[in-house]
Amino acid sequence: MQLTLKERSVLPGFGLTMGFTLLYLSLLVMIPLAGLFLKSATINWSQFWAATTDPRVVASYKLTFGASLIGATINAVFGLIVAWVLVRYSFPGKNLVDAMVDLPFAMPTAVSGIALTAIYAPNGWIGQWFAHDGWIGQWFGPNGIKIAYTPLGIIVALTFIGLPFVVRTLQPAMEDMDSEIEEAAASLGATRRQTFLKVILPTILPALLTGFALAFARALGEYGSVVFIAGNMPMKTEITPLLIVTKLEQYSYAEAAAIAVVTLMASFAVLLFINLLQWWSRRYAS
Amino acid sequence: MGIEARNITKTFGTFTALRNVSLSVATGELVALLGPSGSGKTTLLRIIAGLEEPDDGSGAILFHDEDVARTQVGNRKVGFVFQHYALFRHMTVFENVAFGLRVRPKSQRPGRNLIKYKVMRLLKLVQLESMANRYPHQLSGGQRQRVALARALAIEPKVLLLDEPFGALDARVRQELRQWLRRLHDEIHLTSLFVTHDQDEALELADRVAVMNNGQIEQIGTPDDVFHKPATEFVVKFLGQVNFFHARLEGGKVHFSTLAWESPEHAGTPSQPAHVFIRPHELDVNIIRNGHPALQATVKRIHSAGPNVRLDLTAESGERLCAEMTQERYRSLNITSGSTVFVTPRDVKVFADKP
Repeated sequence: MQLTLKERSVLPGFGLTMGFTLLYLSLLVMIPLAGLFLKSATINWSQFWAATTDPRVVASYKLTFGASLIGATINAVFGLIVAWVLVRYSFPGKNLVDAMVDLPFAMPTAVSGIALTAIYAPNGWIGQWFAHDGWIGQWFGPNGIKIAYTPLGIIVALTFIGLPFVVRTLQPAMEDMDSEIEEAAASLGATRRQTFLKVILPTILPALLTGFALAFARALGEYGSVVFIAGNMPMKTEITPLLIVTKLEQYSYAEAAAIAVVTLMASFAVLLFINLLQWWSRRYAS
Repeated sequence: MGIEARNITKTFGTFTALRNVSLSVATGELVALLGPSGSGKTTLLRIIAGLEEPDDGSGAILFHDEDVARTQVGNRKVGFVFQHYALFRHMTVFENVAFGLRVRPKSQRPGRNLIKYKVMRLLKLVQLESMANRYPHQLSGGQRQRVALARALAIEPKVLLLDEPFGALDARVRQELRQWLRRLHDEIHLTSLFVTHDQDEALELADRVAVMNNGQIEQIGTPDDVFHKPATEFVVKFLGQVNFFHARLEGGKVHFSTLAWESPEHAGTPSQPAHVFIRPHELDVNIIRNGHPALQATVKRIHSAGPNVRLDLTAESGERLCAEMTQERYRSLNITSGSTVFVTPRDVKVFADKP
């Protein structure tokens, strides 16, 4: 535990950079958040409670957190595979694939939202496979599987925007991993499966958790790419960020702020938990 | 035979790492693969371990007369020790050593208590019992390498293979660990093969040394043999400092610098160029001519810190020489930098120049 403010060092810079950090964080994070809390305090407690526990709002919490969690989980699994392929193997077009990973970052979210909707709608390229007469959908009853305009579509959109986080945080961790430890495990008689579960996974777990947390946090606040594919039916496919925008459009600023505060606290709790997990997963490090 | 590898060839693209190499290690023997980097020594070790596949057409690999060439690395029962330890950093010392036992199929896996007993016994063997609950980053380099060794021994390997086991350690720890490994080998008598580029390490530690160069074994023999009866020029040059002369063989004599040395084993060879090698300690240094044929030389530098005194000399004919003598001899000669001395070889190695 470090008790002093800083280590004494002959190299200057602490005062300047620390001051800048505080100013920067204040302007960008602390002041806007404080404003949010102040705004939500302009209504009394029972109004706050009513605004944040309205069944329609609660349904949106469940949807947003549930879909974000599922999206981040899907990314953790498949992002791991993508990162593995990009780090371990070389193949023609590797740089192209590597660059493609960043596309969800680069595209305006509304564009991705519209693109995803067009593709996953029942008459879209991929959506038609899942329609009642599609080659996958026909096995799932008279209606097939609807993706766009259902929670499934929301999961697709949130998975899309979260992918780069997992891949980009895993890549350096995997590059650092010495292939000798895999050879050591193999020479000790471990199967490939045991090597992955007992040696590789624990080694990259901290990075995987970071990527998961980032993807999850991003998904919680995602608006642009979801509103097109979601359909936005109250109680069914309405996400919390959309609800906040709706409240704003109705000039219910305090209520919007109240919902935002609840979402923020919940997100903070979840991220804190993931950070604790991460701390536990690197307990062996110095 | 403990380990036998027959006619192993390995190419990486256009680079031939091993050319038809055969090697055998007797049961319970400790053999060193010695050579410069790129000589193929690590590749040979990794092929024997099963971490690398030899080219098609290579011969068998046998452990205790059982062919393992088609066996996966995990089933060969080799204890492999890596240069950079390759410890699992998220596991404690205990868990690292227990790993090989815990990953066994259920039917062959020892019970909890037996694992604990075996691991603690191994940690005692490598003198790290008190470190069982530490993580690798909390250990010194020498301790980590001992953990790696205990981990390799835990699977009760048929053979122990060590890849530059002391390569990443500093000189003093290296020396200690070297002696410790020799004592350990004398205790457990496991057939062992280790790779090194350090000739002192190979000569001190091994029962036999295989000197490798350019994908081939140049010579294999006891440390005494390879040092005193080197088979090739490369072996002479690689095993420590040596004085080199261009020479000419003629009528059973080898002529180099201003000397003519009797070389009975070349009595029958026709007149041809040759190379002569003389180890620094095989040069007798005198301050007066004592009747023996000698090279006149000037002392350039004296290195007297050490068990022996080394002199850098320049011969009358221009060659740079290095001579070594005991401290007593040095004091009795009473020479300083700039003195003129006369050096007489006691023994020379002569190799006819290959056309």
